[in-house]
Amino acid sequence: MGLLSDPSRRKVLTGLLTRLNTPICIVCYLAGIVWFMGLAFEPFTLRTYMSENAMGSTMVEERFSSGERALSLAKEFDAHKRKAGGMPVEWLVKAMQSRGLEVFTQSFSRKLPFPDENKERYMVRGTNVYGILRAPRAPRTEALVITAPCSPGNTNNQAVALLLALAQYFRNQIYWAKDIIFLVNEHDLIGTQAWLEGYHHTNITGMEYSPLQGRAGSIQAALSLELSSDVITSLDLVLEGLNGQLPNLDLANLFYAFCQKLGVLCTIQGKLQRNDWDTAEGYTHAAQTMMLMVLKQACGRSWGDHGLFLRYHIEAASVRGINSFRHYKTDATTIGRLLEGMVRKLNNLLERLHQSYFFYLLPSLSRFVSIGYYMPAFGLLAVILLLRALDLWVHLGAPALAPSCHCFSVSLQPSSPGVLTVLTPVVISHLTGVALYLLPVHLQEMAVEHFPVSETEAVVLTAIAIYTAGLALPHNTQRYTHRLILMQFILRYMFTLLKLTALLYLAVLLGCTALINFSLGFILAVTLVPITASITPHMPKALYALVMVLLSPAFTILYCVFIYQELIEAPVSVSEGWMLFLSVISQGILDHALYGSLVYPLLALFIYPCWLMFWNILFWN
Amino acid sequence: MAAPLTLLLIVAVTIRAVLFRSSLAELISARVEVVSPLNAWKRVVEGLALLDLGVSPYSGDVFHETPLMIYLFHFTVDYAEIVFIVSAYFFRKQKYALESDRYSADCLELLRSPKEMFYIPLKVAMFYLLNPFTILSCVAKSTCGLNNAIIALFIFCTLKGSALLSGILLALATYQSIYPLTLFAPALLFFLQRLYIPVNLRRSSFWFFTLQYAFMYVGSLVVITGLSFFLLGSWDFIPSVYGFIFSVPDLTPNIGLFWYFFAEMFEHFRLFFSCVFQFNVFFYTIPLSIKLKEHPVFLIFMQIAIISIFKSYPTVGDVALYMAFLPAWSHLYRFLRNIFLVSCVLLACSALFPVLWHLWIYAGSANSNFYYAITLLFNFGQVKVFTTTWLTNCEWKNRWRNKVSLFINLY
Repeated sequence: MGLLSDPSRRKVLTGLLTRLNTPICIVCYLAGIVWFMGLAFEPFTLRTYMSENAMGSTMVEERFSSGERALSLAKEFDAHKRKAGGMPVEWLVKAMQSRGLEVFTQSFSRKLPFPDENKERYMVRGTNVYGILRAPRAPRTEALVITAPCSPGNTNNQAVALLLALAQYFRNQIYWAKDIIFLVNEHDLIGTQAWLEGYHHTNITGMEYSPLQGRAGSIQAALSLELSSDVITSLDLVLEGLNGQLPNLDLANLFYAFCQKLGVLCTIQGKLQRNDWDTAEGYTHAAQTMMLMVLKQACGRSWGDHGLFLRYHIEAASVRGINSFRHYKTDATTIGRLLEGMVRKLNNLLERLHQSYFFYLLPSLSRFVSIGYYMPAFGLLAVILLLRALDLWVHLGAPALAPSCHCFSVSLQPSSPGVLTVLTPVVISHLTGVALYLLPVHLQEMAVEHFPVSETEAVVLTAIAIYTAGLALPHNTQRYTHRLILMQFILRYMFTLLKLTALLYLAVLLGCTALINFSLGFILAVTLVPITASITPHMPKALYALVMVLLSPAFTILYCVFIYQELIEAPVSVSEGWMLFLSVISQGILDHALYGSLVYPLLALFIYPCWLMFWNILFWN
Repeated sequence: MAAPLTLLLIVAVTIRAVLFRSSLAELISARVEVVSPLNAWKRVVEGLALLDLGVSPYSGDVFHETPLMIYLFHFTVDYAEIVFIVSAYFFRKQKYALESDRYSADCLELLRSPKEMFYIPLKVAMFYLLNPFTILSCVAKSTCGLNNAIIALFIFCTLKGSALLSGILLALATYQSIYPLTLFAPALLFFLQRLYIPVNLRRSSFWFFTLQYAFMYVGSLVVITGLSFFLLGSWDFIPSVYGFIFSVPDLTPNIGLFWYFFAEMFEHFRLFFSCVFQFNVFFYTIPLSIKLKEHPVFLIFMQIAIISIFKSYPTVGDVALYMAFLPAWSHLYRFLRNIFLVSCVLLACSALFPVLWHLWIYAGSANSNFYYAITLLFNFGQVKVFTTTWLTNCEWKNRWRNKVSLFINLY
């Protein structure tokens, strides 16, 4: 700390940072973006490798052969599903019992806060069926889960059938050291949530469910299977879970290794791997794959049934069969073998998967970017906020310096009358945030009464209305402050103080977000940092107000919707995009209420108020 | 002066009462940053239950409070919330009185206008009352708040010049958590200064007063310990409270420096390292006392800061105690260096503690190294606060001395 303790050198350093503040900030911002885009460039990434010894060196021979039987089971299951008009519980129980499993059912019900228009459900009532295969070789303290959702229509029949076929085959093997739970859940994530809460004796989302009658040991890993056709062209691996949590990278490595071994085409984000990294197309492809991962992770929802397992410290991934127009097809037997191999290797685990990375981005299945490589991109953006704050601090301190101690650069008088008045915009912004968080769901009935809209629309439109109403607030706070303090220089001092507070607040907020969910933190930083760093009251109001609105959190979501649609090669028109945007908001609120996703409260309670504070500064005079 | 203070008290008590009633209280009282194995309310309740059953509360490995504390709560357990609020209130009250008294003592030293002086007690009260750390600690019902109150009372009595009360309260504080032992030196120095007795080892008056004060201190310590023995009927509490503090058997992560080291090291180095770590708290008393013998009040602040950094089970309540003293040195602010850096570090760390805890314990994706890294950074921030204040004080003193000599020369 010699550099910081020596007054003259400190002075030089702070002088340099203040004088060159804007250029440094611009360079940092560009460097951050370039660094991030560079992450997809293959020479800068690392090749994936299996870190876990228990899974690496052991040879496994796959012998599963009843793929055909699984397909006929799928037809039978389909018929029973049609007859029962939902999940054929009795048939499933019988089918599992006849395969020698201990079978239990769990019923659950959940009333959604408002109707889910995407999946058309409001009052959800369903049953989970699960069978436990007890481990013959070990004390049954650990378990693995294979789950297949029972979806409406004729999707996912093959997954359930393959699950049953695997159960039958596994039952006849003697090498299991962990219990294996075969779970067929209804109503996709809601069923999984009910089952997991029942298994772990928790209730965090107010779900009603019957207690589980049978349990196995602590769950080490889980695989979710989604399969809707008899043959597939490729298997897609889905990793993104609730709140952007990812399973241990070894799980992805395991999947990749078996796909290689069995010659199955494997994709991630629905994108095949390309080998031409040195061409522009190759790089673009990798960048698109990575961007898709970033967008999916940032939205914080669970992209498959596996996502909810992650919260309970269970490594989980979804394997999704895709049937496209390629000639090369893979049959059910091969998929069964692939799953058999993966489960057998997981069965060999001596402890939970922990060797490999938990924080990573995947530009392709065989390449990954670890936290050490991607964090600098975020750090470069976050440091801008700190530099601006330092600059403001120095300016705040400058007039207060006594002539005798000019060598000490910074000082702040906490006793000055302003500190308390800065609280006003801060408190008002946060109250708006609280309103944005609470009111949409609570006011839906009233809104439905007075306006010709459905409940879902009511919730979304209320949220947007409150969001917009928040923009009108600064005029009020400013007038209030104006009456309170008339002196111009104090007002200027106040806005500097408010901006300093807001900058530090945003920096801490984004830092914490980026640690938990890098993608969300980074996307927010990209849009929020430039405008928040440059905003002052002395700018042309109309122009900058427009820019600020265009870079506000809500518009960030809108841009993400369009970019996402563009990346999955399903571009949408503006009106379709708007409808998607509305449904994304309602899904976000639902995800929070149903599964405890944190993105909506984060945006409503922290990011939006923080942005409002900067909006306040713009209209400060 | 009274009006803003009353307002402040009302605001502070309201915040605490609201938080007590909200669902957050449970969450807060489970945070490792806020409660330590020594002062967790959950453990006190456990101890009380054991006592009610006629079992020694120290027979298990849960309860580590001192016997007097448990008997205090034995009578007031139903009103525990009120006790905590009152103790917080009491503390503030004392703090207020303390500071309003203080400036007569320190007045000559300070180069500030009377109007600004006038606000110092209020600012101290505000720094303690509205400090989120204190609020958290109070809502978690950590007994740390009571310890802080005792130390504040001790400082108050010392500044008032009551040697007997000061000795008794110091003994009580020492009895509670050993470490305030180091406050003996500054208190003694303060009394010596107050009675115009020079610190001179060859003067009998110096020895006379030192022995007198030491006698009061040791005497009350013996009485308090004896009282605990008679209340409890055994010496169980000595190993369970003081042994627990010194040998650090509980390695629950906290904001201190001990847990990670002691979890990592080989068992046969344990004694050596616990000596080294504990040595830190006590050793700095000697050089600081020599250097700061003319500024005993500042020395008290330094000692409290050292205790809260190097003690074996620190919580944010301890941090809040010495931070509350910072406004008393507000004349040093404009000389303070790196205050921006330090406050950023402390702010960021406070936010990162729960985040990294979540990633480590709940998400399972981070590990203890992440959390300890933040602990280290937090303590670096604290040490930086400590050293900057210290350096600034030295510098300010020199400057002041030069000016005075210049002034004298002129006339």
